[in-house]
Amino acid sequence: MFSYCLRRTLAAVPVMVVVALFVFLLLRLSPGDPAAIIAGDMATPEQLDRIRETLGLNQPIYLQFFNWGGELLRGDFGTSLMSNLPVTQLMAQRLEPTVSLALLSIVLSVVVAVPMGVIAAWKHGSLIDNVVMSVSVLGFSVPVFVIGYILIKIFAIDLGWLPVQGFKRVSEDGFGPFIRHAILPSLMLSTIYIALIARMTRASMLDVLGEDFVRTAHAKGASEKRVLFKHALRNAGVPILEVIGTGFALMITGVVVTESVFNIPGLGRLTVDAILARDYPVIQGLILVTSGVYVLINLAIDLSYALLDPRIRYQ
Amino acid sequence: MSDDVIQFGPAPAPVLDIRGLQVATQSSPAKPILKGIDFAIAPGETLCLVGESGSGKSVTSLAVMGLLPKGSLKATGGRIELEGDSLLDVSPTRLRDLRASRMAMIFQEPMTALNPLMRVGEQIEEVLVMHQRGLSAKQRCDRVLEMLDQVQLPDIERVYASWPHQLSGGQRQRIMIAMALILEPKLLIADEPTTALDVTTQKQILKLIKQLQERHGTSVLFITHDMGVVADIADRVCVMRHGEVVETQPIDALLRRPTTDYTRQLLTAVPSLRPRASREVTDREIVLEAIELEKRYGQASRWARLAGKASAQTLAASDINFALTRGRTLGIVGESGSGKSTVARCVMRMIEPTGGGVRVMGKDIASLGRAALKPHRKRIQMVFQDPFRSLNPRLTIGTSLIEGPVNYGTSHEEALARAAELLELVGLPKDALGRYPHQFSGGQRQRIAIARALAMEPDVLVADEAVSALDVSVQAQVLGLLDDIQRRLGVAVLFITHDLSVAAQICDEVMVMQKGVVVEYGPASRVLGAPEHPYTRSLMLAAPGRHWDFSEFRPLDRVFEETPTSNSTTTVYP
Repeated sequence: MFSYCLRRTLAAVPVMVVVALFVFLLLRLSPGDPAAIIAGDMATPEQLDRIRETLGLNQPIYLQFFNWGGELLRGDFGTSLMSNLPVTQLMAQRLEPTVSLALLSIVLSVVVAVPMGVIAAWKHGSLIDNVVMSVSVLGFSVPVFVIGYILIKIFAIDLGWLPVQGFKRVSEDGFGPFIRHAILPSLMLSTIYIALIARMTRASMLDVLGEDFVRTAHAKGASEKRVLFKHALRNAGVPILEVIGTGFALMITGVVVTESVFNIPGLGRLTVDAILARDYPVIQGLILVTSGVYVLINLAIDLSYALLDPRIRYQ
Repeated sequence: MSDDVIQFGPAPAPVLDIRGLQVATQSSPAKPILKGIDFAIAPGETLCLVGESGSGKSVTSLAVMGLLPKGSLKATGGRIELEGDSLLDVSPTRLRDLRASRMAMIFQEPMTALNPLMRVGEQIEEVLVMHQRGLSAKQRCDRVLEMLDQVQLPDIERVYASWPHQLSGGQRQRIMIAMALILEPKLLIADEPTTALDVTTQKQILKLIKQLQERHGTSVLFITHDMGVVADIADRVCVMRHGEVVETQPIDALLRRPTTDYTRQLLTAVPSLRPRASREVTDREIVLEAIELEKRYGQASRWARLAGKASAQTLAASDINFALTRGRTLGIVGESGSGKSTVARCVMRMIEPTGGGVRVMGKDIASLGRAALKPHRKRIQMVFQDPFRSLNPRLTIGTSLIEGPVNYGTSHEEALARAAELLELVGLPKDALGRYPHQFSGGQRQRIAIARALAMEPDVLVADEAVSALDVSVQAQVLGLLDDIQRRLGVAVLFITHDLSVAAQICDEVMVMQKGVVVEYGPASRVLGAPEHPYTRSLMLAAPGRHWDFSEFRPLDRVFEETPTSNSTTTVYP
């Protein structure tokens, strides 16, 4: 078990190095003078010089990489060109709304989708199964922002139950206001994941329900509930976890759109703003953080397999 | 025997009574699977349900347990009574209560019948959790340990905390038996419980079931296709075919005086342990030779080497020597893990031998590279165990048959003409060329697989358990076909099998393997007639039904026995 965890964890290190290299080259290898790209069209020669110097562009490229990497390891992601604030500080300000929104969405997706998938598999071929499958096709095919606007129209404008937009931090304003503001964006964000996870749960459960040990459980006199949740669901778990993990990692795209629709000051909005302003240090920092999250989630999935399945644990 | 029990004193009420049971598919139109079957089992009796695949014997057992696959099969008529409970009419809750407490079931495949994510002790305990709510955790644990002891598992505390994948097939089947019998049910249904096990393990499991049955007075409904097993354990036998009961008789009467043609056919097809008369050697040309062949698995891993640990290597096969001459059949016999398939794969160069040589027509191919190997590949061809998986389902038979020859430069037309001839040779019509594998039965597919191998005009045919997945009657036909082809084409056959009686039917020479080494090698008449090595003897003694000559409907006059007084053995066959 320990050596499995160690191997997986060590395997994540080279991945992060490669990501860092790409992020580094993103700026250095794009056509033209990086300093000119950063400074934009209206820059004066003095400004260009200053940028070249801060970026260390006069040094050999490998030295530049090592210096930059060293700064990253010390937690220095550079300074934003727009606001002159450290990139880390910018990201830290925006972290909470995004993370809390993403967590809420993933919890919502799992809580709704897994039972949906289990029931659909159990009542395979029935009306319930068909309804679940149709709903999930809808969840896939309707664009995220359309769902967002429909939700706003119904729950915020027509019924007036929830605010139209904006965000309250759970750390400052408390849980109640946070949930009131976060529920619609989370619903919007999770639609596609509910569809995805429900489908995967159903498919994986259908496979497992055909297995011999499920028949054994029935032969023992186990109730349907026990067979479904105690025997089948755990065995169906690996592919479901995989989808949840990847879904969580991919959520960043959904976050960008959702934060725009609901006007939430999170990392998604920061990304959009940074790209529009060609704020390279911020873009670099965001890519690094997002990739880091991807890698960490993948690591977490791998390790959770081992928790779930003793056969992986004792390899 | 229980027919005695039935004859003396008032006949006890049967434990299980099935009357006119009908099961049909739920498709439209509904297809009948069981067409009104009747039988009953007395207390303490063992009733064997025999029949070939598709006879409906497993469906019968699932119908009793109420485990027919939902949405595809449904009981449409008749009654199933278990000690007064009508199983087709009781509520689902009542049915759940009856399972495990009054009737229990063990299945064919112990490798998959246990939940891989749950410790085995916990899985047995679950039965108590569900059916005996009054017990404390300590009492449950004690009951489980006691049961593990009863099924004769070693080191029961360790087994209790084991995961299924840490146990062998035989051990897992013992766990299944413990789980089935912990509540002392009146009826145990065993659906081919030893088919996936080695013969020596099979013998132990059958003995265990017998012991526990006597101890608890359980009635056993034993489903099997193996007449040898039936002869060893049954009190009465119920023969099924196409969803109907053909014949029900006490075992002795059935084996001596079968009343129906079908039972007669079934018994005649059972291969005997008596080795066939040795054939004359007509050709001394050696086509395949293994010289000190060795296959080692598990080179030391980098981590182990870094940690300075000794390398954990497995010797899957070592010091294998044999020579196969044209037109002869050499059998490699052994249990799982003996290395017999490893040898076959090395000879085929599907895996790399780690030492020694393999000579095909005098040329050593053991270390040839991919390109240098190609001309020799066609000389040695393989027939696999499972005909349902060894043919590409998306290709027509014709395409499958000509693929090999065309790769070696034969023209399309020529190869197709040859394929048609081959199909005729293996006893299939020419128009089979344009059809797909799913349109054929298992036996027919195995004929196609043989034709596929022969299309390459090989000198050696390697048959890896090539008849093990087939019903006995089909098995006999395919063995006959191999024999016929060998006589006509003079191809040499390397026949890998776990089944001694199959080896006795087809092999000229037999090589017995155990744990990667050859323990006995010689003419079939000697190795299987008067085995010298203790392992070969134990295999012979474990062979089910070895007292019977099924095709002659009588017990064998002289049977290979280990005599208790001396270490010598009484022989055997004339």
